[in-house]
This record gives sequence, C-alpha cells and structure tokens, in this order.
Amino acid sequence: MDLDPLLLSRLQFAWVIAWHILLPSFTVGLASYIALLEGLHFTTGREIYLRISSFWIKIFSVAFGMGVVSGIVMPFQFGTNWSRYSDATANVLSPLFAYEGLTAFFLEAAFLGVLLFGRKLVPPWAHFVAALMVAFGTLLSSFWILSANSWMQTPAGYELIDGRFFPRNWTEVIFNPSFPYRLGHNVVGFYVTTGFVVVGVAAWLIRRGRAVAEASHMLSVSLWLLTALVPLQILLGDLHGLNTLEHQPEKLAAIEAHWETGNRVPLNLFAIPDEENETNRYEVQVPLLGSLILTHDVNGTVRGLKEFPRENRPPVAIPFFAFRIMVGIGLIMLATVMIGLWLRWKGRLVTTAWFLRTCEWVAPLGFVAVLAGWTTTEVGRQPWTVYGLLRTADSVSPSLTGTDVLISLLGYMAAYLVIFPAGILIMARFMRKGPGPVGEDEVEETIESRRPDRPVRALPRAEEAHRT
Amino acid sequence: MNALVLDLVPLWTLILGVGVCFYVILDGFDLGVGMLFGFQPDTDSRNLVMNSIAPIWDGNETWLVLGGLALLAAFPLAFAIIIPAVYFPILIMLLALIFRGVAFEYRFRDAEHKTFWDHGFTWGSAIATFAQGMVLGAFIQGFEVEGRHFAGSSWDFFTPFSLLTGAALVFGYSLLGAGWLIMKTEGELQQRARRLGRWCFLGVFASIGLVSIWTPLMNADIATRWFSWPNIFLLAPVPVITALLGWIEWRSLGNPNSEFAPFLTAIGLFLISYIGIGISLWPMIVPHSYTLWEAASAESTQAFLAVGTMFLLPVILMYTGWSYWVFRGKVRSDLGYH
Repeated sequence: MDLDPLLLSRLQFAWVIAWHILLPSFTVGLASYIALLEGLHFTTGREIYLRISSFWIKIFSVAFGMGVVSGIVMPFQFGTNWSRYSDATANVLSPLFAYEGLTAFFLEAAFLGVLLFGRKLVPPWAHFVAALMVAFGTLLSSFWILSANSWMQTPAGYELIDGRFFPRNWTEVIFNPSFPYRLGHNVVGFYVTTGFVVVGVAAWLIRRGRAVAEASHMLSVSLWLLTALVPLQILLGDLHGLNTLEHQPEKLAAIEAHWETGNRVPLNLFAIPDEENETNRYEVQVPLLGSLILTHDVNGTVRGLKEFPRENRPPVAIPFFAFRIMVGIGLIMLATVMIGLWLRWKGRLVTTAWFLRTCEWVAPLGFVAVLAGWTTTEVGRQPWTVYGLLRTADSVSPSLTGTDVLISLLGYMAAYLVIFPAGILIMARFMRKGPGPVGEDEVEETIESRRPDRPVRALPRAEEAHRT
Repeated sequence: MNALVLDLVPLWTLILGVGVCFYVILDGFDLGVGMLFGFQPDTDSRNLVMNSIAPIWDGNETWLVLGGLALLAAFPLAFAIIIPAVYFPILIMLLALIFRGVAFEYRFRDAEHKTFWDHGFTWGSAIATFAQGMVLGAFIQGFEVEGRHFAGSSWDFFTPFSLLTGAALVFGYSLLGAGWLIMKTEGELQQRARRLGRWCFLGVFASIGLVSIWTPLMNADIATRWFSWPNIFLLAPVPVITALLGWIEWRSLGNPNSEFAPFLTAIGLFLISYIGIGISLWPMIVPHSYTLWEAASAESTQAFLAVGTMFLLPVILMYTGWSYWVFRGKVRSDLGYH
C-alpha cells in the first residue's frame, strides 16, 4: 500500500484545525459576553448578572481549555508536516504568529486564572479587568492569525527570492488585500455563533421553566445583538466575495462551479460539477443573479474555470457545496432573528413555544457555518499554500513517509474523538442545569468530587463589600 | 528599507534562550507536579496538588508556543529541520499535553470518569516530559541534513542517548515539581513531596553525570571543547557549581525549615545544565550542521519582531508575576477547581 504523505498531511491539518476552530468560534464571543456581564454586575451591583456570568464562566473554562490544548498543536503542525512551507514563509509570516503569542496568548492565559479563580482574591474592579483582558486577548489573537491566513490568500509586501519570501513592507504584509474582509467576516461570525448558542440555551431553559429570569435576559440581549450582526455578516460576506473575485478568481469560479467566462452569468443554486469534462450536471440556475451578486453589476464579467490551467484550479465540488451550506445557514439565521424581532414587537417573545424550539435547533448552526466557510476558503485556496506562488505539494516536509503521517493522523483522530465529545458533554450538562444562586452549584460539585461536605458558601467577600 | 546592518542574532539567541529557559522552569514544575500527582494516596491530596497549579498552568504552557514560534521567527532553517526530525516525540508530547491540559477541568466536571482523567493528567504529564527529553537528546546528537532540509528518517530520534535524556527530564521536572509542592503545601503533603523529591534528585544527579560523560564521548568536538587546555580549567566551575547545588538540594529537601530552597536550587540545577549544553553546542542551532547565523531569518524579520518583543516581554512578565502573586501562599482547598 503506497500512502501519500502529502494527502495524509492535508487530512491531518484539516482534522486538527477544524476541531480547533470550533473553540475560538465560541470563546471569542463568550469572553466578550462574560466581560459585559461582569461589567454590568460591577456597575449596577445586580446579582442576576453575577449568576449569569458565573454560569457562563464555568462553560467558558471548559471551552477555553479545549481551545488551548488543540491550539498548541497548530504551530507545531507547521514544523512537523509543512517544513518547506515554514522555511519559505517564515520571514514574512513568523512575526505575525509570534505577535499572536506575545500579545494575545499570554494575556488570555494570565488573566484567565484570575477570572476563573480570583474573584475572592482581588478587588471587584480587578476581576472585571481580568474579564476584559481575556476578551481582548481573544480578539488580538483573531487579528494576527487572520492576517497570516489572509497573507497566504492574497500575498503582499514581499519579494520572492530563490523560493523563499522576504518582507519588503510590513504594513502591506499585515494589511494585505483580503485581511480586512476576512477579519470582519470571521469575528462577526464568531459573535453570531456564540449569540445563537446563548439564545438556544436560554430558549431551552425558558421552555423548562428553569432560571427563567436569567434566561429571558440572555435571550433578549443576544437576539438584539444578532438582529444587528446577522445582516452585517451577510454584508461582510458579500464584500469578502467581491474581494475574492478580484484577487482569487479561480477560487470564486470553483465556489460558483462556473466554467465559462462571461457576463450576465446565472447563479448556480445547485450543480454536480464534472471536473473531468469541465462542466456541470443537474444544474439549477437563476439567470443574471450570478453577475448581480458576484460583481454587483448585471453586466459584470465572471471568469470561468476553463480560463485557468488545470493544475491551478481548486477542487470544485467541495467549495461549491460548503459555500451553499454556509449561505443557507445564514439565511436560516436571518429568518430566525426577523421572526424574533416580530414576536418581540408583539410581546410574545418568551411565550411562543415553537419559536423557542426553533432557537434550540438553530443554536449549533453557527459552528456548521464556520466550518463550511473555512472549508470554502481553504479548499478554494488549493493547489496553493501561498496563492499563486507556493504550491501545497511543494510545502510538505520532505522527510515524512506515508506511514509516519498515517500514525500521527490516527493518533490525533483518536485523541480528539475522546477529548472533544467529553468536553461537549460536560458543557451541555452545565447548560442544562442553568444559572443558579451563586454557591449552589459548588455544593453539588463538592459532593460529586467526594470532598468533605461544606456548608453553602456565602457570597464572595468582595461581593458583600460591594453591596454594603 | 534603511541600510542598517545590525546583527540581531545575538539578541535573538538571548531571547530564544531565555524563552526556552522560562518554559522549562515554569511548565517544568507544573508537569513535575502532574507526575507527583500520581503518587498521592487520596482524592483530597490530589485535589490540593492540582489546585496548586490550576490558576497558572495555562500561562506556563504558553511559553512552549512562544519557544516554538521564536525559533520559527528567528532561526527558521533550524525550525524547518529540527521539528520534522523529531516528528514522533512532538506528536507524543502534543497528545500527552492535550490529556494533561483538559484533565484540570474534566476530572472535576466529569466525576463519573474521574479515574480516567486522573490517569490522563499524571501520565500525560510524564509522557510529555519524556518526549521533551527525547527532543533534547536528539538535538544534542544532531541531525542529518541536506541543503535546507532534514534528510534523515522520522525514527532517527530514537536512540539510547535520547532515552536517557528523556528519563533525565522526567526526574528533573519532578524535582522542580517537588520543590513547588514544598512551597505550596504543608503537613503530610509537604513531607511526601520532600521524600519524593529526594528520589527525584538522585535520578537527576545520576542523569546529569551520565549525560555529561556520554555527550563528549559521542562527539570529539565537544570533548575537545571541554577537556582541552585551557578550557578544562576555565570550565571547571561548571561541574563544581553543579556538585555544590546538588549538595544544597539534598540538604534542603530534608530540612523542614527550608521551604524555598528546594525549588530555587532545582532551578539552579536546570540553569547550570542548560549552560553546560550551551557550552557544548555553541554556536550550533542545528547540531552539527548550521550555526545560529546560518539559520537566521531575514534582518527585517528579526528587527520587526525584536521591536515588539522588547516591549512586550517585560509587560508579559509583569502581569504574569501579578497573577502568580494573586495566588501566593499555601494552596487553599477552596480555591481552584471544586
């Protein structure tokens, strides 16, 4: 059996990064929400905010831990399986990665300890600042890593000498053409994903009459946020698409399964791409909509895959379907927030059972959309690691055999299939319990982990001092 | 670009060296605590041991990411050769760190499978440590290189020497962990840490001895560096200081009034060993083929990153120091996971 280290390395990278991205998709938004709640509690003293915050902090703690351990895998992946890519791009990309570590990772990690365990040890304002720092860290992290990924998609500010990249203008490197769009679209996507999780959990609790006051607050605030963010996300996606049309036309052609360059092109709602014969089967099209959406001009030109050499074309089916899944979810989300807005206007938001059930079903869709979107952009980036300049096939570590990578791939698969379901189940358990009076959960956990019984603890000293 | 021809390699060598040092000491003690966790006889002790590092382990482990990224940024040729050369130790280390990392949360939150996560925590700590030790051994032995690529096989790392360095690091980190527990616990827990610490120390001392003899035997250049005149005289303080630190360590482990010395002396032992390895290998960053200068990234890269790093590292140290200070003193049973 002849195993291909390139294909296996790609599968491995896809595996580890797909699982990893699920976590920031949740923790970026959640960190900000927790910071907001801590701020509201700090400024108003109202205990409901403390209860909601403590509830989400426990969940955040699990998610963040999973994010850290799966995140540590990533920089080492560059070395183990993509050493030629690392050597070629290090001059340009490594400072971006390093700044992510220096500005974001340390910040998050140091203040996370205080956020999780330090409420009784530091003054309330310091605890609130810790929450802010964790949230800020997650955003800084997004900034740097998306700049690096965007550079791979739309390289700028460099010079290519003997197969290696050298930086010529750091501003152009960092703020490369696709970066602002990718950053905006991703970060808003993170907040949308978290928003729907909060909405889903809140809906679940309300329907079961558990912690209804807290849940109603969570539902209301999140739906307001989503009402603003979902349309914004669709707009940002559109702008991102325009940028892709300009800088990565092969990717856009694949996303649309569009073969023939032309103007006034239709939109393919559905198709089964036939790469061999450079055509589509079972096409379902809407006339003119292609040019209209993709170029904002009904007479606009969209370049087709046949214009590009075969060896430069990405796979077609995967970006095509992944993109449609993402957009489909976006439309479902839009419908959900619109209905929510209407029900709120009618005063029936928390009492409409079918809507609450819908919220529960929609809750995980953000994660699917994130995965679909990333699949679109990364598979669409093939066959390049640096678009148009460095091929994936030339990026893999030359010392690896197929067997080596098969072993590591199986290792990562086994580990992640243990860790991730366990973490998700733990978080789900917390979510189902809902926010309780501060101190109650700790008694239950105390018994769970078989420590000596303790009386229900009074509110933290800091909280008492604040209230008197 | 201005025509500033500034050699930043020494600065980056220092930054990388300090970064790796911080990693080894900080994650060293919490991996050590993780290994000693496995020797605790009951749940309460285990809870306390884990809580002694729960608020700070994440920041400690972050230095690993920084070390790797600093190597990539400052000496990318070294990164591109070394990391694939130690493919399997890195794989094992990462998988072990995954289990170690989630165990903090999972063993409390998933009480039904607590024993599984407890094992994940302690074995994860041990296996990650051993893997790191093997990386060290492979590094000292050197790599087969062809142009800018590693030209050996992914199994080259697996030698008797790297098994020794793996074991050495297990003893070393455990000693650091024992020192930490002596500072952070009291009573029976502290007693146990002292006892275990003495066993670890014996392992450390034997390992340092064996590695110190074996390394020059493996490599004539290294032997010359240490044993030729006048080096044998100039470098004599190294083994002398090591022996002195060893003596202090042994004594302080057994002295009930000595709470900080075991940890600080263990750090001293790590530092002197680190310096010893540096003396052996300088200026090679890809033993035994490429020097620091040959492996360095573009000047612009080193400059761009150095500017930010010089500002950010002190800031990081400040707020990291603050977070340690928040959790100062003996570990409390009501703080941390419960």
